[in-house]
Amino acid sequence: MNRPLFETDAATRLRIIDCDIHPSPKSPAALFPFMEKHWVEHLQTYGTHMRQALIGQLAYPRMTANGMRMDSKPEVGPPGSDLKMLREQHLDPLGIEVGNLIALSRGGMEERNPDLAAAMASACNDWQIAEWLEPEPRLRGGIVVAQDNPESAVAEIEKHAGDKRFVQVIMSTRPNETLGTRKYWPIYRAAAEAGLPVGLHPVGYSNGKPSSGSGWPSFYFQEHYTFVPGAESLVTSLVIEGVLEAFPTLKIAIIEGGFSWAPALGWRMDRHFDTFHKEVPHLKRKPSEYMKDHFWWATQPMEEPKKPRDIIDVIEWIGWDRLMYSSDYPHWDYDDAYRIFRFPVEDEQRDAVLSGNASKLYGFQ
Amino acid sequence: MTRHVVAEVSGFPDKGIRRVEVAGREICLVRLGDEFFALMDVCPHGGAKLSGGRLGAVVESDGPGHYRMCRKDEMLKCPWHGWEYDVRTGQSWSDPKSTRTRAYATEAVAGEELVKGPYVADTIPVEVEGNYVVVDFPDRSAGRTREAAEA
Amino acid sequence: MPTRTPLRIDADFHLPQASIDDLLPYLDEFWRGQVVDRELPSMPFRLTSYPPNSPLTKNPDFEGLDVSAALDKFGTDVAIASMLHGAVALHNPDMRAVLMSAVNDYVAKEWLDREPRLRGSIYVSGEDIAASVAEIERLAGDKRFVQVLLLAMQEIHHGNRQYWPIYEACEKHGLTLAVHAGGLYRLPPSVSGWPSYQFEDYVMQSMVFENILTALVGEGVFHKFPDLNVVLLESGFAWLPTIIWRNDKTWRGVRPEVPWLDRKPSEIMAGRVFLSLQPSDPPGPEELKQIIKHIGGTDMLLYSTDYPHRQFSGSDPLPAGLPEEALPDILSGNALKAYPRLAAEPALREAAAILEETT
Repeated sequence: MNRPLFETDAATRLRIIDCDIHPSPKSPAALFPFMEKHWVEHLQTYGTHMRQALIGQLAYPRMTANGMRMDSKPEVGPPGSDLKMLREQHLDPLGIEVGNLIALSRGGMEERNPDLAAAMASACNDWQIAEWLEPEPRLRGGIVVAQDNPESAVAEIEKHAGDKRFVQVIMSTRPNETLGTRKYWPIYRAAAEAGLPVGLHPVGYSNGKPSSGSGWPSFYFQEHYTFVPGAESLVTSLVIEGVLEAFPTLKIAIIEGGFSWAPALGWRMDRHFDTFHKEVPHLKRKPSEYMKDHFWWATQPMEEPKKPRDIIDVIEWIGWDRLMYSSDYPHWDYDDAYRIFRFPVEDEQRDAVLSGNASKLYGFQ
Repeated sequence: MTRHVVAEVSGFPDKGIRRVEVAGREICLVRLGDEFFALMDVCPHGGAKLSGGRLGAVVESDGPGHYRMCRKDEMLKCPWHGWEYDVRTGQSWSDPKSTRTRAYATEAVAGEELVKGPYVADTIPVEVEGNYVVVDFPDRSAGRTREAAEA
Repeated sequence: MPTRTPLRIDADFHLPQASIDDLLPYLDEFWRGQVVDRELPSMPFRLTSYPPNSPLTKNPDFEGLDVSAALDKFGTDVAIASMLHGAVALHNPDMRAVLMSAVNDYVAKEWLDREPRLRGSIYVSGEDIAASVAEIERLAGDKRFVQVLLLAMQEIHHGNRQYWPIYEACEKHGLTLAVHAGGLYRLPPSVSGWPSYQFEDYVMQSMVFENILTALVGEGVFHKFPDLNVVLLESGFAWLPTIIWRNDKTWRGVRPEVPWLDRKPSEIMAGRVFLSLQPSDPPGPEELKQIIKHIGGTDMLLYSTDYPHRQFSGSDPLPAGLPEEALPDILSGNALKAYPRLAAEPALREAAAILEETT
């Protein structure tokens, strides 16, 4: 256990930047003021249209309070919908200096109707400004885009790029096609031109494809793990399809996808690069070099090996300058910043992970 | 040791969980029928306040697809990561070492039959005196560490 | 140091694919007629996972080496062989079943009868459980078949209850369940969809295995079938630390959903799950040592060449960095634990016993 860090928290306030906070609308109607009337009517009549059997719920019910911290439900609305509670429960006690919002629900990322998807993304971004960024200066937004309508996504990025409160572009990790495919390149071009990193965070809603390359898992125990191979496949796709060769300034944050697998994936791609490089002549460098240059990694859910120091080997590979603290508030697998280091760290390493690296990536200095 | 009155029995609902402050420390009080239990109100794993959790049973199984509830309400589930703590011992019950197919009657489950997890939430002796729930709690003198207080 | 050369058991060895013409003698009159009328011999029946001329499929170091010469080259005492025939990808359940049975019969007659160092795999489909169980029952009497082989990427997730009759038949006959890289491509290899390149498909295979292993644990297969062992072939293994750490952690939070997991997933896997050594993805000895440290040892690793695929260059399939003292187990000791049918062979048991005395 990280006794020293945990016990000295009150005395020695650390600078903390949280890379993963999930805001939620009080109700679906909370987004209506940010939409044209016909889209409100559309949603009231037809609802959303996703690539899954169930409307408005996940097909793998979580084990804890619908996937939320049991203690995070405000009097009105779902967890994550009450700014006062976010402050009292998370921002204030941990002394969060900056918190990045990842607005997962109602952002239209997995919506099939392309125009509705664009309207939902746009509403979600305007809602972030009005309900969260305006009243709480510690929060930063992520521009949610309807990636399967790339034209609208580019327009949405351009619309908010000048607003310094938006610090990254958020795409769905369950898109229609894998994220390295050229369909999405205009989005990467727009993000790179705006100097905004792309943040990738797992989503629970299906894109009509099983959450594993081997089919549909049965239990949430398995579904929870699919976030790892899901993120691995996105990194593989972005690297091998040449996105990072095409957009050399693009930066990508892998949020809640894990990081402990990064070395093994880098090795695997390098190992087989020799065999396959003629198939992908657009790659000018070893795959792992793109990983090391273009990717940042969020900590939550922090791995807890039997021998906690094993994590140090992993971080040495990805770099102490690439790992960023994230809490995942208000989700059930929330991490407290003062509890993530179950192994010894130098002060500079700890500070880099808790704030320095995010500060550099998102330009908070 | 000092005796602290922490709650009134009459106002404490069955299966209730409350956070109370005793001598500058926060404890989690649980009522099950006529019994009261107290744990330090912090999850030794991730730091959550256990009083925000829920009571549940120990779920056992004879094999895939089979579910058996034992010791109803005697496990306090941490509000964050769902780790289960035995309200009687404070022990985490997520690491039993061997396959067990035998069913336990509620009374038969004793602490020693449960394999201790690596984390043990601090438990504090509780007594009911008349209409009050009383906790025997060590005095907290200035500068004492948490470990010393536990000892 | 051992006084004898350690016994070498190759867990992943591929036989050259039989053509449809080769299979004709193993088909009945009706199916022989179908083969002719539908001109099946004009079709290659090759799997997308292994294009015949790709540098992955063809190892230049194996050029001109036939099966027996390859066994000689690596000093192989026993090789567990498979023929990943494309018949598995057919949709017609009857044509698929007869062609796969023909492949199994062809392997027995043309390979196992002729090359005593080879052991076979009962190659079955995950699409038609009843047919697969019947195939296992049909061939289980031939002790030279030591495993039942399914491809990794099926339409229904490995571990799912639909497969349990196959697992039950494996357990009943002391056959190990083998899952080999590759698949039916009915589903995209990743949750995010279809990649553009073969390189991505191949890299993503290990991710599929992560999900498979998590599923075998979560579904309770190791509890339901306490004598069933699982071998993952051409899966890579450097991904094991994450799955061990993550599953152990997740289990503590969601245990009531899967209460048959009565101990940590890593403890459930121990002694039940084995992985072939090639491809060994860590780039050098230090990285390999790190992975072994994170996994907690080499008990899960099985020596393999993946002949004739290209996973290593030169003549040594053993990557540098393996602990010297673990080599006898990696070369054969672990395989004797993974494969009850190998352990039951008196000659192999004796060789292993001698090995134990001398190491």
